[in-house]
Amino acid sequence: MDIAQLIFIFTISAFLGLELIAKIPSQLQTPLMSGSNAISGITIVGAMLATTASGIDPTIVRVLGLVAVILATINVVGGYVVTDRMLAMFKKKEGK
Amino acid sequence: MTSLPSNDALAVMQGICGLSIKWIDFAYIVASIFFIFGIKMLGKVHTARRGNMVSSIGMLIAVLATALYVGIDYTWILAGIVVGSAIGVIAAKRVAMTAMPEMVALFNGFGGLASLLVGWAEYERIMHFPVAEGGDRWAAYLAHAQTEYYFINIVTWLTIWIGGITFTGSMLAYLKLAGKVSGSPVVFKGQKIINALVAGAMILAIVPQCLIVDPSASYFAVVATIVLSLAIGILGVLPIGGGDMPVIISLLNSFSGLAAAAAGFVIGNTVLIVAGCLVGSSGFILTLIMCKAMNRNLYNVLFSGFGAADQTGAKVEGEMKGISVEDAYYVLEAARSVVIIPGYGMAVAQAQHAVKELATRLEENGAEVRYAIHPVAGRMPGHMNVLLAEANVPYEQLVPMDEINASMETVDVALVIGANDVVNPAAVNDPTSPIYGMPIIDAYKARSVFAIKRGKGAGFSGLVNTLYFLEKTRMIYGDAKAVVGELAAAFKEE
Repeated sequence: MDIAQLIFIFTISAFLGLELIAKIPSQLQTPLMSGSNAISGITIVGAMLATTASGIDPTIVRVLGLVAVILATINVVGGYVVTDRMLAMFKKKEGK
Repeated sequence: MTSLPSNDALAVMQGICGLSIKWIDFAYIVASIFFIFGIKMLGKVHTARRGNMVSSIGMLIAVLATALYVGIDYTWILAGIVVGSAIGVIAAKRVAMTAMPEMVALFNGFGGLASLLVGWAEYERIMHFPVAEGGDRWAAYLAHAQTEYYFINIVTWLTIWIGGITFTGSMLAYLKLAGKVSGSPVVFKGQKIINALVAGAMILAIVPQCLIVDPSASYFAVVATIVLSLAIGILGVLPIGGGDMPVIISLLNSFSGLAAAAAGFVIGNTVLIVAGCLVGSSGFILTLIMCKAMNRNLYNVLFSGFGAADQTGAKVEGEMKGISVEDAYYVLEAARSVVIIPGYGMAVAQAQHAVKELATRLEENGAEVRYAIHPVAGRMPGHMNVLLAEANVPYEQLVPMDEINASMETVDVALVIGANDVVNPAAVNDPTSPIYGMPIIDAYKARSVFAIKRGKGAGFSGLVNTLYFLEKTRMIYGDAKAVVGELAAAFKEE
């Protein structure tokens, strides 16, 4: 894709992110941090692409990719599960 | 990345429109929408849990689409995902609610390292890009990846150093929070100069990386960026005290998003850019919100060496007076209005259930019980809310700082359980104190104060708490859980 288009996407996303959480109650700040931390594990997609053998890549690319896949998966899966555990507690109390 | 049309229909459409449409881009757009709604919903109490679910579905779409699109190498990637998922689930399920902040720091560090590795792997790919003998490796790669020389170098460099700082910074934050290394700031002579030199070298590493057009000769610059960024992560977090760790984790969370976005530039992947950038900017706003709650600015948090040994504020007159659990019980028994002020000590002692039990007894005894929640009590914003929610404390009893301060004069007993800096009156009346100006819960205005504390030492930030030396304050020494349990038991016996 055109470099200018990538930068354009980046810019729009940056401003969107700023708008998304203008106001946030303090008890949700930790879950929000944890939940958005899980999203930053999106780098798993890049790790998967690096790990995929194209036939021309040396082993080191795949090894780096594999380690990245493991680390990013921990980030993604762990992040979502931990966030859900935290939020489940708020839910329980609201039901009353 | 080459375009592989998934089916004939799409190929026909591409022919008709004259566009190179890739179905994977649509999957990434859908995933991005899920992320945006997910983050939005996470900001509201009643939709937060569903928001987390929505964003996880977005992640699943992005991962599955990528797997289908590239014709995945199942053995390697699947193994990686299985191993990573197992570790992630076990760690996330096993961690105690009290240890949540350090868990988030740990996960965050892994994400940062993953981004660094993605950037590094792509650079290795360039280094080994196949060319004919004597051919121009860079030219071949740039033609293949349809990108520009300076652009790819700069974004690779960005990915590596942001990812590197995120990794070691988060690891050190984890160690400080978990108590594996001291939570107090580490300050030494010439620290700022050393940090500035290392940071400067890391930033300048882009110059040789870009100027040397022969990839194998510029490799050292990439390695230097990796090493220097890892060093900066440690050096930058060392002088920051444990009390400021929430802000640092939030900032590093923002960094890990930016690292992912930068990795997206390296491999020309839109979903990495969108999701990473959303986290980067929303995480930055969250960091500022937290700083505001502590009445500090970000520069101050990062560079002031807050709470270092030479900044303990004014000398305190008087002494701390202890009280036995039994005597404390008699006072509590007569109290009509009690405010419980929890802090990190409650989290460490896992005392939240005992606290709820004591509150129930006090209420049965006719007292009004409220919990005063400081925005940054504990090691993360909302840390206390999560813990007390775990112990089934009704939501309405958790009162925000401003609200409770307005009625503090009418409170009979302010019961401080493991909180320290957030009730330190020095923040209000001692301009020489490093925390002067930080909003606190005005426990010192209550008619009497009980503080449950393990020992006589200073708090996590290393500051002396003048609240403990007031005439109306009595210290109950002991483990928070044990002391609160004994108090509750005293009510039961009567």
